[in-house]
Amino acid sequence: MKVKLGAFLGGAVFGLGLAIAGMTQPAKIVGFFDFFGSWDPSLAFVMLGATAVYAPVYRWAVRTWQRPIWAPAFSLPTLEDIDAKLIVGSAVFGVGWGLGGYCPGPAFTSVGGGSTEALTFGAAMLVGVGAYQLFMRIREGRSGGPVDPQAAAMIDG
Amino acid sequence: MSTLGGVLIGIAAAGLLMFHGRIAGISGIAGGIFRRQTEDIAWRVMFLVGLFAAGVAWSYFRPVDYAFGIERSTLALIVAGLAVGVGTQLGSGCTSGHGVCGIGRFSKRSTVATVTFMATAAITVFVVNEVLGGSI
Repeated sequence: MKVKLGAFLGGAVFGLGLAIAGMTQPAKIVGFFDFFGSWDPSLAFVMLGATAVYAPVYRWAVRTWQRPIWAPAFSLPTLEDIDAKLIVGSAVFGVGWGLGGYCPGPAFTSVGGGSTEALTFGAAMLVGVGAYQLFMRIREGRSGGPVDPQAAAMIDG
Repeated sequence: MSTLGGVLIGIAAAGLLMFHGRIAGISGIAGGIFRRQTEDIAWRVMFLVGLFAAGVAWSYFRPVDYAFGIERSTLALIVAGLAVGVGTQLGSGCTSGHGVCGIGRFSKRSTVATVTFMATAAITVFVVNEVLGGSI
């Protein structure tokens, strides 16, 4: 119960941060990437603010704690090599982000905020996420297990 | 406001690490719902419901924060959504997982991913704004 409630609270604080930061406004996202037009650098401070809080907590918790408070162990990414999947996937994601103006988190929050554009985008996004994962499940099922067990068990984010 | 929002995002991500031992990557949390680990689904759904609920609550204070503000056809939104959905799964992360948590962990993989998606987003915006006149 507390694990679920905690996850809900985490999502709520995260979503509140996204809305306050301006990440739910596609015009601001496009403005941030519009280096040849009227560049709006303010969104750089979102990533700076978030990383400034996260990086020291991560180092402290992962180095000095035996385990997280509610879980038996930390579930952390294990992949280290830079492969074609990482580059191609990230490149495709960037095109979608620039085209639609939403990345995954703000899409969920903006649907809650009543944006019809976010609803269209978000529905297509979930279809993309689901289709990819179901395709991987079928491939894993045929070969009798995960094609890439490490990648199947762990995702960067 | 951008910094304050960023700090809240950092606190939420730090909380998910300290309490759940998890990386706060939205695309990873969403993708896991479609995987086979059934005992793992509840916290993921609750986190996404939290994102949605914050959107509902904030819309009572500042509905203007959900303004779309750019010209995109329904088809463009669908193509963009599919690209974000498939791309983040193939690339194992998005702005939160690679951009905030990954860079916060000083991960080389996530740094390369972040530079890549920022670059292609900038190229896409350049093409839409400067070549197509800002509407697609």
